[in-house]
Amino acid sequence: MSSVLIALLLVPLVGALVVSLPFLRRDDAKAKLVALAFSVVELVLAVLLWIAYEPGGERLQLTSGVDWIAAFGVHLSFGIDGIALVMIAVIAVLIPLVIGAGWAEKLPSGRSAGGYLGLILLQEAITVAVFAATDVFLFYVLFEVMLIPMYFLIGGYGGARRQYAAVKFFLYSFLGGLIMLASAIGCYILAQDKIGKGTFDWATLVTVVRDADSTTQIWLFLGFFLAFAIKAPLVPFHTWLPDAAAEAPIGVTVIVVGILDKVGTFGMLRYNLPMFPEASKQLAPLVLVLAVAGVLYGSLLATGQRDMKRFLAYVSIAHFGFIALGIFSFTSQAGVGSVSYMLNHSISTGMLILVIGMVIARGGSTSIADYGGMSKVAPLLAGMLLLSGLTTLSLPGTNSFVSEFLVLLGSFPTRPVYTIIATVGMVLAALYVLWLYQRVMTGPLRGDALLATGGPGATADPSTVSMDLNKREIAVLAPLVALVLLLGFYPQPVLDVVTPSVGATLTEVGVTDPVQEGK
Amino acid sequence: MTSFLAQVDKITPPEIAYAAVAPILIVLGAACVSVLLEAFLPKHQRWTAQLLLSLITIVGAGGSLIYVAVGEVVPPQGQVTLSGTVAVDKPAVFLWATLLVLSFGAILLIADRSVEPGGSFVAQAAIRPGTVQDRAQAAKTGMQTEVFPLTLFALGGMMVFVAANDLLTMFIALEVLSLPLYLMCGLARRRRLLSQEAAVKYFLLGAFASAFFLYGLALLYGYAGSVKLTDIANATGGTNRSDTLLFAGFGLLVVGLLFKASVGPFHAWTPDVYQGAPTPVTAFMAACTKVAAFGGILRVLTIAFQHTQWEWRGVLWGVAIVSMVIGAVLGLTQTDVKRMIAYSSVAHAGFLLIGSIALSPSGLSGTMFYLLAYGFTTIAAFGVVSLVRNSDGEATHLSQWAGLAKRSPVVAGVFTFLLLALAGIPLTSGFIGKFVVFTAAIDAGMTPLVVIALVASAVAAFFYLRVIVLMYFSEPAADGPTVSVPGAFTTIAITLGAAVTLVLGLWPTFVLDWAGAGAFIF
Repeated sequence: MSSVLIALLLVPLVGALVVSLPFLRRDDAKAKLVALAFSVVELVLAVLLWIAYEPGGERLQLTSGVDWIAAFGVHLSFGIDGIALVMIAVIAVLIPLVIGAGWAEKLPSGRSAGGYLGLILLQEAITVAVFAATDVFLFYVLFEVMLIPMYFLIGGYGGARRQYAAVKFFLYSFLGGLIMLASAIGCYILAQDKIGKGTFDWATLVTVVRDADSTTQIWLFLGFFLAFAIKAPLVPFHTWLPDAAAEAPIGVTVIVVGILDKVGTFGMLRYNLPMFPEASKQLAPLVLVLAVAGVLYGSLLATGQRDMKRFLAYVSIAHFGFIALGIFSFTSQAGVGSVSYMLNHSISTGMLILVIGMVIARGGSTSIADYGGMSKVAPLLAGMLLLSGLTTLSLPGTNSFVSEFLVLLGSFPTRPVYTIIATVGMVLAALYVLWLYQRVMTGPLRGDALLATGGPGATADPSTVSMDLNKREIAVLAPLVALVLLLGFYPQPVLDVVTPSVGATLTEVGVTDPVQEGK
Repeated sequence: MTSFLAQVDKITPPEIAYAAVAPILIVLGAACVSVLLEAFLPKHQRWTAQLLLSLITIVGAGGSLIYVAVGEVVPPQGQVTLSGTVAVDKPAVFLWATLLVLSFGAILLIADRSVEPGGSFVAQAAIRPGTVQDRAQAAKTGMQTEVFPLTLFALGGMMVFVAANDLLTMFIALEVLSLPLYLMCGLARRRRLLSQEAAVKYFLLGAFASAFFLYGLALLYGYAGSVKLTDIANATGGTNRSDTLLFAGFGLLVVGLLFKASVGPFHAWTPDVYQGAPTPVTAFMAACTKVAAFGGILRVLTIAFQHTQWEWRGVLWGVAIVSMVIGAVLGLTQTDVKRMIAYSSVAHAGFLLIGSIALSPSGLSGTMFYLLAYGFTTIAAFGVVSLVRNSDGEATHLSQWAGLAKRSPVVAGVFTFLLLALAGIPLTSGFIGKFVVFTAAIDAGMTPLVVIALVASAVAAFFYLRVIVLMYFSEPAADGPTVSVPGAFTTIAITLGAAVTLVLGLWPTFVLDWAGAGAFIF
């Protein structure tokens, strides 16, 4: 069945090549259809992957691999655990929606849809591969290569300050990656000393590196952690995200916030915890301080934002604080909560970004002050913004509630102080979400674009002119609404997949917190 | 008389393993023939003849090199010949092969006449470029061809340099490789003052460096009583000789070598010379001189100064850091693409020095792999630089590169790839090179140095990215340069460089194995 995983890696890659072919670059409509087709095939494959995966089976499943650079023990090897499976699935869900949402988007002059969608599919292929890589060297390579399509997506298709944002994004992540490379080489050398032959195979390295003395572990841990803290991003390594999110086109923002950032938290779970258990325990307070600071700082800055896209970035920073809190609390509930938070954050923030993108497409501005009373002309859109906002603030009954609750519940026994402080973030979340909704959707109609079509001074009658969602947009949002509610009321399928992998990770850390049966 | 003759008979000439040194003999012999061609052939036939001679020479030398590498004539681990002055061992063979393939690419760039009618080289100082006389001359004589014998001599010198087993041979090789390069720097058809200034600067500073080298050599002779690397190594192994002589000699010698390798803070000539020299010559210099200089550094450090490494390693740590910082930080402020690549080469020299002072088999093979990878990337990069032109010749100011991707996506794409390789992004040979060098360095206990190197790489990445930003995300200037359609030679050189950069990034195993095949012999 490992062929499913290989196919998952290859389909978007082939798609990227096909979409970039010259004849499709000239024909935007066809290019969009072809790209959508490839992304849907990818989604089908992801469903097959989910079916093929056996929860509670081997630690890594559907593995396959060949030698790449034999001299350095580097393999092209792939495989998934429950955590990677969940992330790959959410990528496969989001990409077709991103393509659908951007259907009518106007690209900068001289740019073709083929080029844009080719980069998006390339990004999808590399990101899936990052989650599936089971060789540390391969992971590093993909971690860095992942930056290149995103660099061109932000720099080529973004807003006014796109060059600055693209370079900042690239340099932050590149620096983090390089420091991680030093740590990876350190692990390789350790393996060379311990077992006589250097290797980058993850499973082997885990068994070798975990026994290193704690000073070595701490240095190696910090190398990996810096890369992931920049990627995730945790305060104070976050400053690239607001710029990147604000300047990127809306679909790309979904990919940055919803998918790329998860590589950071995924990396902490896959690399930091199992490989450096001793250092993880010793440095956990440090990480938790950053996590809780992120929750508060992100929430406060989100409340104060005047720009919708920067608002989204700070919301995410707050959520990543919660995820890191759960990961470094070392209880299975909190760990499972964090992983499901990674999934649910992609779904709910992804939905929020897409809805805000639809708002921006109508109002022609990213400034919150340019909007008001929009629910009068776009009631359905208002409803969607409310729903996506509520799932972002983790209202019970939506998907995020389950995960946020698990994180807090699981963190409290071991880390009560941090948990209590983080809970403040939940209150602030209600504030920033509802205040945004209130300013944009309620009150008198404001803003030039809105007034021109539906305001009192406009010629048309507000009741007949509609700025509401069209069929395509409804089709894009419907699956997300379904997922939000489904996972809100019945999260069991996700928890079943995630729980054994999180349990295994915690066992590798050496924390004895057996997964409760029949939860 | 008879007694005198009897004495003469006792002098036995040194044994020469002709097969082992055949590649050098072929290159230097062809260089002499090339001078004769220059003297006796009519002008209009010279270009064809010189180009054919140069390429056949390189292919022939390559053929004999393969014979040395796999044939039975040379013992597997290598052979010291010419009474111990030249060592043909595995590293020498690898570096010779590197030099030959790189100079093949460089000669193709040098020979190109399609981008600039009449080639990149000036024919007659009194004729201004672009005038009627200039065009008439270009049509009549084709191209000035002194550059071919000069290139071959320089190449021969480099090949001897990396195989030299004693310091005196090394010094002579250094001069044989340097003197033609000084001349070649001053040959530019356009911006002649800049070019001549570069040549004079390079010559004066190079003469200084040679003097340093020679003075160091003299002190080391005073210390060890021999110029042979092996004897110096033996002398350092516990005697009551003067340490002052040893370290003063070592310091001066290494300064001379670091100068040639353009390692900071001995890099001052690099930006000016890279900018002023005709671009094909810059390509040759940047790629091949680097290989030769680091080949020499590797051999000297490994054979002669291995035992004293704890005394000097700290100093070279410092030099490597200075070089990386200078290259990365000053590179940020450059506005000329050739100067930018020059500072990038200073930063790369720092990385290479890290590999060289690891003094381990993996450090040796890593550094040699890095040299090969870096050489190909650089040749291709300068090939691209030679294509972007306006009416005054090459448009090297960075602002002129704005929006290049809109006008010529292929050229911009190739250049982007090469810049990513220079920055060390995975899936390019530049990354594998850095990876192997840094792995060797961490293995040798130089982790702090590697961390500094990684930060320097990240800083340097900024100026490569800046060019990519300019090419892709900026609007083209109205009077911006055009991209010349490259002729076959330049196309081959660029394609070769870019393809090797990609292939070594994806499948480096073959070359890594070959680079790690054996150690220096002495």
